[in-house]
Amino acid sequence: MTEQSPPPPRRTFHLNLNWLGVMPFALFVLLFLVMPTMKIVVGAFQRPDGSFTFANIAGLFTPSILSSYWISIKISVSSAAIGCLIGFLMAAAMVLGGLPRGLRSPLMTFSGVASNFAGVPLAFAFLATLGPLGLVTVFLRTEFGINLRAMGFNILSFWGLTITYLFFQIPLMILIVTPALDGLKREWREAASCLGATGAQYWRMVALPILFPTILGTFALLFANAFGAVATAIALTGSSLNIVPIMLFAQIRGDVLGDPHLGYAMAFGMILVTGLANVVYIVLRMRSERWLK
Amino acid sequence: MAPILEISKLRKSYGSTEILKDINVSIDKGDFLVLVGPSGCGKSTLLNCIAGLEPITGGSILIDGQDMTHVSPKDRNIAMVFQSYALYPTMSVAKNITFGMKVRGVDQATQDRKLREVAQQLQIEAYLNRRPGQLSGGQRQRVAMGRALVRDPKLFLFDEPLSNLDAKLRVEMRSEIKKLHHRLGASIVYVTHDQIEAMTLATKIVVMKGGVIQQIGTPQEIYNRPANLFVADFMGSPAMNLIPARVRGTQVEIDRPGAAPILLSDPKVAGLPENVILGLRPEDIAEAGYRAGSDVQQAACQIDLVEPAGADTYVVSTLGGKAVTARLHTETRAAPGESLDLAFDLGKVSYFEPDSGRRLN
Ligand SMILES: Nc1ncnc2c1ncn2[C@@H]1O[C@H](COP(=O)(O)OP(=O)(O)OP(=O)(O)O)[C@@H](O)[C@H]1O
Ligand SMILES: [Mg+2]
Repeated sequence: MTEQSPPPPRRTFHLNLNWLGVMPFALFVLLFLVMPTMKIVVGAFQRPDGSFTFANIAGLFTPSILSSYWISIKISVSSAAIGCLIGFLMAAAMVLGGLPRGLRSPLMTFSGVASNFAGVPLAFAFLATLGPLGLVTVFLRTEFGINLRAMGFNILSFWGLTITYLFFQIPLMILIVTPALDGLKREWREAASCLGATGAQYWRMVALPILFPTILGTFALLFANAFGAVATAIALTGSSLNIVPIMLFAQIRGDVLGDPHLGYAMAFGMILVTGLANVVYIVLRMRSERWLK
Repeated sequence: MAPILEISKLRKSYGSTEILKDINVSIDKGDFLVLVGPSGCGKSTLLNCIAGLEPITGGSILIDGQDMTHVSPKDRNIAMVFQSYALYPTMSVAKNITFGMKVRGVDQATQDRKLREVAQQLQIEAYLNRRPGQLSGGQRQRVAMGRALVRDPKLFLFDEPLSNLDAKLRVEMRSEIKKLHHRLGASIVYVTHDQIEAMTLATKIVVMKGGVIQQIGTPQEIYNRPANLFVADFMGSPAMNLIPARVRGTQVEIDRPGAAPILLSDPKVAGLPENVILGLRPEDIAEAGYRAGSDVQQAACQIDLVEPAGADTYVVSTLGGKAVTARLHTETRAAPGESLDLAFDLGKVSYFEPDSGRRLN
């Protein structure tokens, strides 16, 4: 090929086109994320007549609302912790263990789907299997005489909700931690074994410190994920468990107290909690990328 | 004295593909063995087998007389330096270096003493508290060596430790490794695909191709008496001239364009097959007048190309249908298209069989 001077660049034209491509997304974010958030934040500090007040925020500190926050946090923490643990072990078995390579792609695809499988369909699936008249519940009772309900298990409970949330928490953990495990260099392990380290020493002193930011960050993300999972909770428990999203939903629908501005305040609280968890996630994620580069 | 490393009949396969075929090598204490060969010939695999990071399919590995064939890497008393350095990103330089001692429960005072010794030796005292991510390539290289040095192992294993450095640093580190080897009297197995590194560092070279050892010898043996065409071509830069020639009694005949063939007398060729490949290094073909002796013979050659290279000038001429390089002094006048009398030093010549590539003399 002969050397030729390139045609004069038409930069502005290209730039405009590029920005055009992002427009729908930007519009989407503005309409459905930024503007509602602003409305919630503003609404949390307004009386129904529009004047400024702290009363709504103060209203959050009533026993019923505080306890709903508390139980939400507990469910989120437990489902995030268990999800992290099980997801990590599964991903480690897949990446580092002797599982056949062919298993990886289906598991990742399934995780991609399952981590988004929330809301009404998920609730229905769990009710249909583990609900009071669910397949497994009935099967265990009629075939083996095991009565889950009598043993204290109830899908419409703390543990029931935790288990349901695990259905998307575990896959999400797998999705995020698999690339991190891939990033563990083979030579790190080989160097450790040449230097005389046992497998346990390698994990404790080398691998886990490298993975720690990823694991902790993913924990924060899973927490936020569970904390905001409103639809699943409502569909599953109706109003039998007063976690925040349900209380919130009730506020907005006007069922209970009929105070939409208290609802705004509750939503504002949720935004704070999930926002904080997401910030933790992003910060730790940046840290872990530094190690794994 | 028993060899420090003795590999016999080693074979290694991945599934049905055989990567290493019947490897037999041994080195003595203090030897610097360099494994050299083109990419994919199995150098790293062999090194990993010695380290115990890869199980072997057959044969045995003895380190200092002890059978290590089935011993795990951590009990082989070896230290390995990796191409990627494999430093731990979350640990400081000091922690990286003492890691091996820590996991083996060496007491703190000894750890500190050794760390100081090695840091001084490698001149890395100034950044013991930094993380590997904050170091340059050359500094990381030193830390990786430090981590190996504190171990005081029976055997050091290096897998292309300099390949990630730029040319200047590579030369610097090369001579440092050489000095280190002298000072410590360490036994080293070193992998590289850079034949200059092999020549300068080794006390013993193993040239490999396709999982088969082509030749084992000192750098001089490998350079002066390559065992086959592959070794002749692979070692040395610019490469050895390999010129198709015909044997006529005690003379060899080489075609040249536009003139009668060159006839060179060499009693060594008596009894060789008719068609041979004549191997001469560029420095053994020079301008007439600089070399004397019964083995040096002259012929007029047509110059195709002149390449000044600073200290020397290389000229290229076509002989036997091949581009043949000769090394001249810079002050010699040579121009493309002209004819020049070149002197061939037949005392240095190698003859090869064209088909098998085997050395004939
Ligand atoms: N885990 C493996 N499974 C199958 N084949 C492998 C595996 N590891 C290496 N090989 C093959 O073994 C051969 C030798 O590989 P090796 O890494 O030893 O080459 P090398 O001489 O070190 O090359 P380079 O100079 O590029 O590092 C290659 O053909 C490679 O494809
Ligand atoms: Mg290699």
